[in-house]
Amino acid sequence: MPTFEPMRIRVLLFALYRDLAGAEQLELELPTGATVQDLLSAVRQLPGLAALPARPALAINHEYAFDYETVLSAADEVALLPPVAGG
Amino acid sequence: MAFAAITPDPIDTAALLASVSAPGHGAVVLFVGTVRDHNDGRPVRGMRYDAYVAMAERVLTEIVEEAEAGRECSVAAVHRIGELDIGEASVAIGAASAHRADAYEASRYVIEELKRRLPVWKHEHYIDGESAWVAGVDPLKGSVHG
Repeated sequence: MPTFEPMRIRVLLFALYRDLAGAEQLELELPTGATVQDLLSAVRQLPGLAALPARPALAINHEYAFDYETVLSAADEVALLPPVAGG
Repeated sequence: MAFAAITPDPIDTAALLASVSAPGHGAVVLFVGTVRDHNDGRPVRGMRYDAYVAMAERVLTEIVEEAEAGRECSVAAVHRIGELDIGEASVAIGAASAHRADAYEASRYVIEELKRRLPVWKHEHYIDGESAWVAGVDPLKGSVHG
């Protein structure tokens, strides 16, 4: 059996990015072994999301993920985070 | 004992203070951030706060624990989400310590760090009927990684 089955990854969107996409979350199909960088490339193909900044902040399983070479797994909860404005 | 929460309910500052008070604490500092009626010279009539709640609770807990580390103090913080009117509290931080320096420093640490990295966003409603996302801070810039 080849191990290149696609995996489905859920990407949560917030605030401005939610408005750009017109959706609260995305379902992406990526090859097994895909990285954060691969995910961002796929996201940019979607309607409204070509406008994402060059290096958007991103969280994997509720922690900031600063390394775009991080390999994703289907169970990961990925979130794209616009610049934050709490307080 | 560190406490942190993200809540849609009005913030009970008395309860927050009670949670950090102790017989050995001679100094208690309460910081309250409220919704302002103007921003960058534009009249504001209200604000909606959105959060990535699961992550924000985790990050706020980390910040509160960092504020307590190395200081003899107790810290608690609550950030509100949802629609808020002018003057309502959006964030409250309680810090208590034996002497004032630790409490003031811990309180300042929490507000500065949460502005840097708490996944919360503000949608400002203006008097003229328009609304817009408040320009935020890139959390990547606040990290040691880049």
